[in-house]
Amino acid sequence: MSALMISLDSLAPVSSMDAMLAKETSGGCASSSCGSSAKPDDMDLAIWEKIKDHPCYSEEAHHYFARMHVAVAPACNIQCNYCNRKYDCANESRPGVVSEKLTPDQARRKVIAVANEVPQLSVLGIAGPGDACYDWRKTKATFDDVSREIPDIKLCISTNGLALPDHVDELAEMNVDHVTITINMVAPEIGTKIYPWIFYQNRRYTGLEASQILHERQMLGLEMLTARGILTKINSVMIPGVNDEHLIEVNKWVKERGAFLHNVMPLISDPAHGTYFGLTGQRGPKAMELKALQDKLEGGAKLMRHCRQCRADAVGLLGEDRGQEFTLDQIPDEVAYDPARRETYREAVARERGDHAAAKQAAVTTVKGTEANGTLLVAVATKGGGRINEHFGHAREFQVYEASPKGISFVGHRKVEQYCMGGFGEDATLDGVIEALEGIDVVLCARIGDCPKDSLIAAGIRATDAYGFDYIETAIGALYAAEFGLELLAESA
Amino acid sequence: MAFKIIASQCTQCSACEFECPTGAIKFKGETYVIDPNKCTECDGYFDTQQCAAVCPVPKTCVPA
Ligand code: SF4
Ligand code: SF4
Ligand code: SF4
Repeated sequence: MSALMISLDSLAPVSSMDAMLAKETSGGCASSSCGSSAKPDDMDLAIWEKIKDHPCYSEEAHHYFARMHVAVAPACNIQCNYCNRKYDCANESRPGVVSEKLTPDQARRKVIAVANEVPQLSVLGIAGPGDACYDWRKTKATFDDVSREIPDIKLCISTNGLALPDHVDELAEMNVDHVTITINMVAPEIGTKIYPWIFYQNRRYTGLEASQILHERQMLGLEMLTARGILTKINSVMIPGVNDEHLIEVNKWVKERGAFLHNVMPLISDPAHGTYFGLTGQRGPKAMELKALQDKLEGGAKLMRHCRQCRADAVGLLGEDRGQEFTLDQIPDEVAYDPARRETYREAVARERGDHAAAKQAAVTTVKGTEANGTLLVAVATKGGGRINEHFGHAREFQVYEASPKGISFVGHRKVEQYCMGGFGEDATLDGVIEALEGIDVVLCARIGDCPKDSLIAAGIRATDAYGFDYIETAIGALYAAEFGLELLAESA
Repeated sequence: MAFKIIASQCTQCSACEFECPTGAIKFKGETYVIDPNKCTECDGYFDTQQCAAVCPVPKTCVPA
C-alpha cells in the first residue's frame, strides 16, 4: 500500500499536494495494479467515463470528488408537503435550504472561486431551492457562463420534472449529462398526499388532477432523457405510511424507463422546519427502516446509498459543507480561473484510484475466501480518499459498509453530531452518537479515546483505531477474516 | 388596480417575480413587493393574476 495518508484531504494546500505527488512518484510504482482503472467490470466504458468523476452518480467517485450547488433557481412550480424554502439556518443541512440566492453572474464568480480553492470540484449542480427547469432562464444563463470558463466541469440539475420535457433538448445541447428527477409516486392517489398543488401552463391545479399531470410529465421527461443518452437519477423521499411500500412500484417504473440510479431518501420532518409534514407530525423513517426498504429494492433500478440530502448551496465533498467559506461577501468582483490545482489533483487521484481498486479487489477476495456466512455492519470515520482517516470525535457522519459472503458493499451513512468540540467530549452528544450507530457491529476510525470506546462497548458496539489510514475495504476485509475466518478454523479444529 | 404581497406570509421563493408579465415584482430589503404603478392585475395577459396563482402560500398575493 502506498504511504499516501491524508494527502487527499480536502484542506491540502498546494504545497503539500506537490509534496504528495513527489512522494508518490519517488516511491515508484509498488502496486501491481499500476495503470488499472477503477472501473467496475460490469459497466460500459462510455458510462463509466460519464460518472467516474461524479460524486453522486458513482459511489466510488464520492471519496475523491466534490460537487457544488449554486442557488440561482428559487422559483418553484410545485408545493411539496416536505418542503419549506423559507427556513434558513447555517447549521441546517437539507434540500431546499440556502443562505443566499445568487444571480447567474454571482454564481459564475462563486464557481470560479471554489474551483481555484477546492481541487476536488468536478460537478456544478443546480438543485433549487426552487426548480431548476422551471426557473430555466437563470439555470441556463449560469451553465452557459460557467462552462465557457471551466469547460471540463460537469453540469447537473435537479428537478421535480413538471417543466422538464420543455427543456430536454436544450439540456442535451448544453452537454448536461446528469439529471435528477424527484419522483415520489407513480399513482396519483398517493401523489395527493404529497403535493397540495402544482402550477402548470399558467394555472394552478390541485388534488388528483395535479398529481396526474405531474406523473405524466415526470414519465415523459424521463423517457426523453433516456432517449438522448442523458443519465438520470431518481430521487424518492420515503414517507412512512404514505409511499414507503409504493416505492417498490416506483422503482419498477423508472427502471423500465431507463433510469440509471434510484436514490431513496428518508423524509426529514421536524416541526421546527415548518413544513406541512413537520407540523402534522408525519414521521420520517429510521435508518434501519430505510435500509430494509433499500434492500427490498435490490435487483430493480440500481440504488444510490450515499446521498447526503445536501443543502441547495452545499460546497465540497459529500458529507462536508464548505459553503460558509464561499459566501458572496468573500468573493471578489473579478475572479480568474486557474486550472492548476484541479489538474494536479486529478493526476493524483488517477494514480491513487488504481491502487485503491486493487486493494478493494483483494479485500473482497479475502471476505469471500473465508467461506463464512456471517454479516458484519461496519461504520467508518473518513474525510475522503477512501481511507479511515477521521478521528471518532471529529466525525459528523459515519459511512456504513456491510461485509457478507457477497463481498463488501457501501450501504449508507449515519449523520451524527460532532462529539468532540475543542478537545472535550460531551456525554449527551455521545449518547446521540451511540443511538445513531444502532445495529453497527464495529466502528473504524483514525483515533478514539478510551472513554468513548468503553461507552460504545457498553452499548454493544466495538470501536478500533487499529486500521487508521488504511483503505476502508482493506480494513473491513481483515476484520471480517478475523471475525469469521478464525471462528471457522476454531470450529473445524 | 393592483395587487400586493403580505410580507409576513411570503416565503421569498421568488416564483411570483418570475411569472409577473409586467415586471412589477421586485425584491426589496426583506421581501418581495409589487410596484402598484406597474401592476395591471394581469389585465390583457392572463385570466388570473399570475402572482396569486403561483404563490405557494394561500392569500399572500391579494388585491391591494
Ligand atoms: S443531495 Fe444527494 S444527490 Fe444531491 S448533491 Fe447531495 S449527495 Fe448528491
Ligand atoms: S397581478 Fe399580475 S401584474 Fe400584478 S404583480 Fe401579480 S403577476 Fe404582476
Ligand atoms: S410567490 Fe408568494 S411566497 Fe413566493 S415570493 Fe412571491 S409572494 Fe412570496
